[in-house]
Amino acid sequence: MSNDVIAPKSIPAKRELTTVPRFSDRVFRGIVTGGGFSSLLILGLIFAFLAYQGFSVLRSQGIHFITGSAWEVVTDDSGNIIASDTKFGLAAMLIGTMLCAIIAVVIAVPISVLTSLYLTFYAPPFIKKIMIAVIDLMAAFPSILFGLWGFFILMPSVEYWAKLLHKYFGFIPFFKMEVPIYTRSPFVAGVVLAVMIIPIITSVSREIFSQTPLDRIQAAYALGATRWSMVKAVALPYARSGVVGGAMLGLGRAMGETVAVYTVLNVVYQVNWHVLLGAGGNVASMILLKFGEAGPQEIKALMAAGLVLFLLTLLVNSLANLIVKSSGGKGR
Amino acid sequence: MSEIDKDGNENMDVKPMTSSLASVAADAALGKRIPGGQPMGVGLEARGIHAWFGEKHVLEDISLDFWSGTVTALIGPSGCGKSTFIRTLNRMHEFIPGAAMAGEVLLDGQDIYASGTDVTKIRLKVGMVFQKPNPFPSMTIAENVLSGLKLAQLKVPNRDDLLEECLERAGLWAEVKDRLSAYGGSLSGGQQQRLCIARALAVRPAVLLMDEPCSSLDPGSTLKIEETISHLSSSMTIIIVTHNMQQAARVSDYTAFFLSDGGPGKMVEVGPTGEIFSRPKDKRTENYVTGRFG
Repeated sequence: MSNDVIAPKSIPAKRELTTVPRFSDRVFRGIVTGGGFSSLLILGLIFAFLAYQGFSVLRSQGIHFITGSAWEVVTDDSGNIIASDTKFGLAAMLIGTMLCAIIAVVIAVPISVLTSLYLTFYAPPFIKKIMIAVIDLMAAFPSILFGLWGFFILMPSVEYWAKLLHKYFGFIPFFKMEVPIYTRSPFVAGVVLAVMIIPIITSVSREIFSQTPLDRIQAAYALGATRWSMVKAVALPYARSGVVGGAMLGLGRAMGETVAVYTVLNVVYQVNWHVLLGAGGNVASMILLKFGEAGPQEIKALMAAGLVLFLLTLLVNSLANLIVKSSGGKGR
Repeated sequence: MSEIDKDGNENMDVKPMTSSLASVAADAALGKRIPGGQPMGVGLEARGIHAWFGEKHVLEDISLDFWSGTVTALIGPSGCGKSTFIRTLNRMHEFIPGAAMAGEVLLDGQDIYASGTDVTKIRLKVGMVFQKPNPFPSMTIAENVLSGLKLAQLKVPNRDDLLEECLERAGLWAEVKDRLSAYGGSLSGGQQQRLCIARALAVRPAVLLMDEPCSSLDPGSTLKIEETISHLSSSMTIIIVTHNMQQAARVSDYTAFFLSDGGPGKMVEVGPTGEIFSRPKDKRTENYVTGRFG
C-alpha cells in the first residue's frame, strides 16, 4: 500500500441555470401571475375584512363564540347594548352546518358516483348527451327553487321516510326522537342539499372517470374482464382521489348554502344532534335570518360568524386533502 | 438471412432461439399445409376479415390460419392494418367507436363473432400484450400477474404456484421473486412488459396476440422478450405484429406481409418466414423486406 495522497477531485460549484426570456414571454408571465394572484388577493381581502369587522366580538366573547349556543342581544331602555349580558354563541349553528352537510354528502356521493359511472362506461351516446345537459342545468339552478321544492314537495314525503328511519334505526342516537316533530329537520335540509350538490360531484367524478387511461381499460378487457370488474379494478382505483375531491367540493357548497337551508330548516339556537328532529340551523342561514334586523354590534357578530364558517370550510378541505394524500395516489 | 438447400427446405438458422419443439411443429406444418388453405379445426382461423373505422375501409379480405405451436409475424408499413387485424382476433377492435368488421374468426372451429357469444370468454382464450407496457399501477407485481383471475372471476387451487409458473414462463421470476409485493410500476419498461406477458399467461390462453411488444423497449429487454416468445411458442399460438424485420426473422415460423396502397390494407403474401425473407413471391414483399421502402 502506498501512502500517496490522492489529490481530491475538485468538485465545481453548481452553476446557476439562467435564461433571458423574450419580451413577449415576460409580458405574458406578468399577466398570468397577476391573474393567479388576484384570486388569492380577493380571498385574502375578504378574510381581512371579516376578521377586522368581527375582531371586537371575537375578543369580547372569547371561546364562547364557538362553544356557546345562546344568541341574545340585550339592550337597555334607550336601545344601547349592554355588552356584559349580550351573548353570541355559534355552537348550535356550527354543529347544524356540519350535520346538514354530512347528511347531504352521504346521500349525494353514492348517487353521483353511480351516475358518473353510468354516463362514462354504460350510457349510449345520445342518453349521455341529454343527461349531461340536464345535470349541468341542475348545477345552475337557483338555490331558492331547491328550497321551495324542498319545502312544498319534499317535506311531506321525507316525513314518511324520517318516521321509517326512526322506527327501525331509532336505537342509533342520531335517529332518536323525543318530541315527534319531523318537519323542518336537518334531515330534510340534508336531502335538499344532497340534490343541490349531486351535479357538482357528478360532473367532477365523470371528468375523472373519463380520463381513465385507455391502455389500462384495454388491458383489463383483454384479460377477460366484464365491464363491472374492469370498473372495479381500473376505473375506481384511478378515480378514487378525484371523487373524494369532488365530494369535498360538494361538502364545501353544502356547508356554505344559505337560502335553501333557510327555507326548509327550523333555526333553533340549541345544539341538536337528532337529525330527524325539526330543530337546527346552519351558520349561513342564521346570518341571513339575523342580517335584516341586526344593529351595528350584531352585524359585527355576524361577520365574525362568517369568519368562523370560512375557517371551518378551510379546515374541512385541508383535512380531506390530507386524507387523500396520505392514502396515496397509487391508483394513478 | 436463411439459406435454402437443394431440396428447397429452409435451414432453421434463421431463428436460432426457437425451441426445437416449435421447429418440429413448423417443419410439420411446412410440408403439409399451405397457410390460408384448409381449416385445421384447432387454432385460430381468420376468414375474409374486413374492418372499418366509420366509413373508412381499413382492412380488406384477410384470410389467415394460425396453427398451434407456431409463431406468426405480421409485418408491413405503418397504417397497413396489422394492429387492426389482430384486434379483430380477440374482439378488441369493437372498443373503438365506429369500428365495424366483416368475416369470421374461428377459434377451435367456433366463430367468435357468432351471436350469443360471451366475449369475455373469447378474450380469456385469446390473450393480448400491448405496445406500451400497461401493468395496473394500483396492484403489486403478484396482484398484477393474478389480476386476470379476479377480473374474469376464475378460481385456481394454488395461486402461488400459478404466480411462480407464469413469471417463470415470462422470464421474470428470477428478477422479481424477492419483491412480489412491490408495485408493478416500480419495474423497468422491459420488466413491465414481461409482467404483462405473465399476466396474460395466468388465465391460460391458447393464443397470445402481441401488438409490437418491443417497440418501446431497449435491445436488451427486446432480446429477453424474444427468448420468452420462443419458450412460449411450444405450448401456444403466438401472433406478433412487429416493425422490426430482424425480429420477425428471429422469432417467427410464418410471416405475413400487409400493405396498403392508400386504400384498405391487404395481405400481400404469407409463407414460412425463411421464404418471405429469402425468396418472396411478390415484388412488393421483396422491396419491403430488403429495406427498399417502408
